[in-house]
Order: sequence, then C-alpha cells, then structure tokens
Amino acid sequence: MSAADRTRTLRDAVGLGVAVGLYGIAFGAAADAAGLDAWQALTLSALMFTGASQFALVGVLGAGGSAPAAVGSALLLGTRNTVYGVRMAPLLAPRSALGRAAAAHWVIDETTAMAVAAPDRELGRLAFWATGATIYLGWNAMTLVGALGASGLGGTAEAALDSVVPAAFLALLWPRLTARGSAEPGAQRRVALGGAGVALALTPFVPAGVQVIVAVVAVALAGRPRTAERAA
Amino acid sequence: MSGDTLWVAVVVASVGCYLLKLAGMSVPAAWVEQPWVARVVDFVPAALLAALVAVQGLTSDDRVVVDGRLAGLAVAALALALRAPFIVVIVLAGATGAGVHLLTG
Repeated sequence: MSAADRTRTLRDAVGLGVAVGLYGIAFGAAADAAGLDAWQALTLSALMFTGASQFALVGVLGAGGSAPAAVGSALLLGTRNTVYGVRMAPLLAPRSALGRAAAAHWVIDETTAMAVAAPDRELGRLAFWATGATIYLGWNAMTLVGALGASGLGGTAEAALDSVVPAAFLALLWPRLTARGSAEPGAQRRVALGGAGVALALTPFVPAGVQVIVAVVAVALAGRPRTAERAA
Repeated sequence: MSGDTLWVAVVVASVGCYLLKLAGMSVPAAWVEQPWVARVVDFVPAALLAALVAVQGLTSDDRVVVDGRLAGLAVAALALALRAPFIVVIVLAGATGAGVHLLTG
C-alpha cells in the first residue's frame, strides 16, 4: 500500500464525512420538528448511528405515528446493516469480541461502500475506520447544531440539503455502474434500475421507508439466477 | 406523546439497530462463503443505493414529486460523468437545489 493510496483513501473518507456530517444538520432539524429534544436527537446519532433509520424514526413520530411503528420502521431499515456486516466481517476480521462489538457500531451505508470500493483489504480497513470516525464526529456535531438551530434554518438552506442527499447516494452508486468500478457493470445497472423502479412504484402503497427494503430484497433475489447463468 | 415514551422509543430503536449490525458481523463465515450468498450480497448495494436515490430524490411522503431535487440529481449525474470529486458533486447538487428553490419561490 503506497503513501499515495493511503492519502487518497483518507481524502475521500474525510470528503464523504464532511458531506454526510453536513446532512446531520437536517437530521437534527427533523428531530426537533418531530418533537424530540436535543438530547434525544444526539442520543440517536451517537447510539443508533444509521441515518436512514434515524430519519425513519423521527419521520414516523413527526407524522403522528405510534412509538412501535416508529421503532419498527427504524429496525426494518436497520436490517441492511446486517447484510453489510456479513460483507464486512471477513474484510475487518476483528480479533476479539470487543473489537467486533466496536467495529459493528460503524457498519453503515457509507463505511461499507468506501471499504468495499477500496482496491485492497488493507486500504479497505483504512477506508472503513477513517470514514467511520469522520462521519461519527461530523454527524453527531451537526445533529446538535441542527437540533439547536432548527428554527433558524431558512427554506433555501433546506432546499439545498434536500438536494444533497439523493446526489450523495447517486455519487456512491455511480462507480458500481461503470466498468472501472464493477466486474459486471451491465448486471449492476439492471439491478440499480430495478431497485429504483420498484421503490418508486411501491411508494404510494407502503409506509415510508418500507419500499426501499422491499425493492432491495426483490431485486437482489430476482437478479441472482439470470446473472449466475450468464456467468456459467 | 410524553417525553418518557419518546425516550423509550429512542433507546429501544437504537439498541435494536446496533444488535442488527452486530448480528451481521457475527454470523459464521461459512454462511458468507456460499457463492449465491456472495452474489446476492454483491447486488444489494446497487439496488439499495438506487432505491434511495429514487425515494430521496423523487418522492415526498407517499407521492412521486418532481422538484429542485431532480435538477440537483441531473447536475450531479453530469458532474459524475465528468469524474468530478465527491465533494464537488455534493456542492453542485446543493447549489442547484437552492437555486431552483430561489427561482420558483
């Protein structure tokens, strides 16, 4: 692993951390709008530390949903971190139960994407810890800023934040669809189109957040046999 | 909803989400080494990220909505095609969303 590789990995990790951290402002503001106090918002960012589940929880609470419905939505979205953990365990290979418990807390969308995208295992580990640390600090600090300053955030700033989130997901997705970042870009593109299509089609009919899980499960399972045949 | 109920929801959901992460890290390696598991898992990020792009960029509550976020996505896609760095993509998308908001009031 060269110094240049390390530098590039760290730079990407910090860049991502700053961007995701900024979105912590929006989460803090959303939590405040849903009736949570700053301590509750901060507890979610420190203890739950998985953005989509946090948004789901405060989203359902803010829309007048019950506490069990809110917890259920958060857990449903949290299941994808289980899948990521399965993927990350061999890469991180924690030596002790304590190491496993510590690493598990930072297994989220962004750390997994960064670690998996790294060119080798050692850089993958560096990407995981560097991305995890940067996001953890930025996300928690900005959650507090958002929770305390929610009322001061104008409509234009909110519109900017609203546009940042899907663009961030698109930026994470993009390399997986190109020949440079994936062994099978064609299959990955069909999977991506399927995931987006199913999620949009289900949006009017299922509770917020559920369509994402259904889309992922349906597309990942349906996509498997065709591509396995082609590979064989 | 009382503050206590909120606290219970916050703590229960947080602990549950952590246990879901830990469960993934703890399943036996043999499960993961099944070829079909590896293939399904390989497709999960693309499906998930694309679903999140669609839902975060094109929906509001339970409806499909076209607004400044779609313009932000288009600008982001163009920047990505030109291999702009992540942070540049994010800033351009945010500026586009803010610009559309200002123009359309």
